Amino acid sequence: MRLVLCLGAGVAVLFLASLLVGPAGLAAGDSMVALWQGGEGPVAMVMREIRLPRALLALMIGASLGVAGAAMQGYLRNPLADPGLIGVSGSAAFGAVLSIQTGVAGAFAFALPAFALGGALIGVFAVLALAGPRGSSLTLILAGIAISALAGALTSLVLNLSPNPFAANEIVFWMMGSLADRSMVHVGIALPLIAVGCVMLANIARGLDALTLGEDAAAAMGINLHRLRLTLIFGTAAVVGASTAVAGAIGFVGLVVPHILRPLVGARPGALLWASAFGGAIMLLAADIAVRMILPERDLKLGVLTALVGAPLFLHLIYRTRREGL
Amino acid sequence: MFVRNFDFIKHCVAAAFLAVATSGSAAAEAPARVVSINLCTDQLAMLIAGPGQLVSVSRIALDRRVSAMADEAEEYAINAGRAEELHVMRPDVVLAGVYSSRQTVALLRRLGVEVIQFDIVHSLEDVRARIAQMGAALGREARAAELIAEFDASLAIMRRELDPDLGQGPAPRAALYYANGYTSGDSSLAGEILAAAGLRNAPAEAGYDWGKLPLEMLAMIAPDMMITARRYPGGSRAEEIMDHPVIGSLRGKVGSAALTDHDWVCGTPFVLRAIGDMAQARRDLLANG
Repeated sequence: MRLVLCLGAGVAVLFLASLLVGPAGLAAGDSMVALWQGGEGPVAMVMREIRLPRALLALMIGASLGVAGAAMQGYLRNPLADPGLIGVSGSAAFGAVLSIQTGVAGAFAFALPAFALGGALIGVFAVLALAGPRGSSLTLILAGIAISALAGALTSLVLNLSPNPFAANEIVFWMMGSLADRSMVHVGIALPLIAVGCVMLANIARGLDALTLGEDAAAAMGINLHRLRLTLIFGTAAVVGASTAVAGAIGFVGLVVPHILRPLVGARPGALLWASAFGGAIMLLAADIAVRMILPERDLKLGVLTALVGAPLFLHLIYRTRREGL
Repeated sequence: MFVRNFDFIKHCVAAAFLAVATSGSAAAEAPARVVSINLCTDQLAMLIAGPGQLVSVSRIALDRRVSAMADEAEEYAINAGRAEELHVMRPDVVLAGVYSSRQTVALLRRLGVEVIQFDIVHSLEDVRARIAQMGAALGREARAAELIAEFDASLAIMRRELDPDLGQGPAPRAALYYANGYTSGDSSLAGEILAAAGLRNAPAEAGYDWGKLPLEMLAMIAPDMMITARRYPGGSRAEEIMDHPVIGSLRGKVGSAALTDHDWVCGTPFVLRAIGDMAQARRDLLANG
């Protein structure tokens, strides 16, 4: 209960901070009034059309990536599983790029998250098929590297073939992610899929708890493992696909957050799901505030910051895995 | 007017000397085979070269979005700016921009091909200097001087037409807003085009010279007129910013949005058309407002 309050307060404070940070240098009081009352003025426009969607997206996408990481780690019983590392985000980015460059996304707004969902689904299926149901760390990471490399190469190929001279420069956006200049339209196209995915993942909390006792014990407790697996795949693909479609592939959130919070929830994977949703939102809100403070003019990519935090932890986890002889 | 012209002639002569000095004797003898690998030198060369003198222009010269002479470019062989294909054309002179691939330029020079590089144009004054430089590079000084005289005369007429309008109320505040949220300040060709058309450059007045103008700042500046670039086919996130509701409401509120096109890209006499378009947009805005 104390953990809920702490994490909730952290999210609230960072969400507020995210609304107050920006190059326009608005006074905190005025901007909150303008956000609440709206109106025609430039301050209301900045607050409602630029900062609010940015803060909302950081909240939604951070929560999505956190919960997806916790769910995959719980199901695979492997602390190295992260949607970014195992290639799900990369496949989703490929789907999103394909929908934009074929013009489908221009004709039909929901095609963007739908294609990203398709890409993410292919990515999750491929990784789980390659790594096997009880995949060892090694096969899981190798499968992830292969899928990431392939998805990254295809994304680059499509962007290089584009008739648009700006497209090729955006390879870095799709690989690193950014929330700069997103609008309420993006909140609108990502929210439905993220909501559905989060509900699906919340439903497998009990199953994941049971799974810690082993598959036979879980089955004996009335858990349908086949259904659990499918729900996990679709839930993860939905949240990661929708997130990547609007913000690019942001790695390591799903790795770092569950790792930090696991001891605080007594290592129960079910409880770790909601805790990681809060934690992911905190991490992404903080990272998005940081990119606006460090290099406000340059659109520093979110994935740069999350990787700077996440990669050392990843190395540490690999080292520990090796020491444990897994 | 005379004083201006006199200064300007001095400037041209100096530029011509500079070009001759840097390009050696070839320019004075009028090179027989000239190849251009840069969009802007393509257009200047097409305007100034004698019959048969210009052999090839770059592929981009065919692109109507950025090239004001796409139809004329079809008369020439097209190159993609690769050293090997340029070398087999046996050019006496290759015309390039200062930002053309350094490797290509260095390789061509090693192969004994003379390369003349043209600097970026930052002002209307630079346009004249580049025309003069091209005249010197091609040994067609007379044709260049003719173009410069036409340019001066047209600009003078435009300024005279604009004068009576300027007295009527404050100049509208325009904002140049390109892909990725870039803008151009006063000391750029685009900035001078705005000034020549009687428009204020609102982001420049707010301290944004060249580079990224945050969307938030654009909303706070709230310009009277939005000037954006025409979009390319295929999507890009860089251009998607133009779909942002903030841009939509800025365009809608003022009822005036203008587009930059191929006339804005290079320092050629075509910038006069861009000035004319902007002056017209300004008149429309004042008539509606």
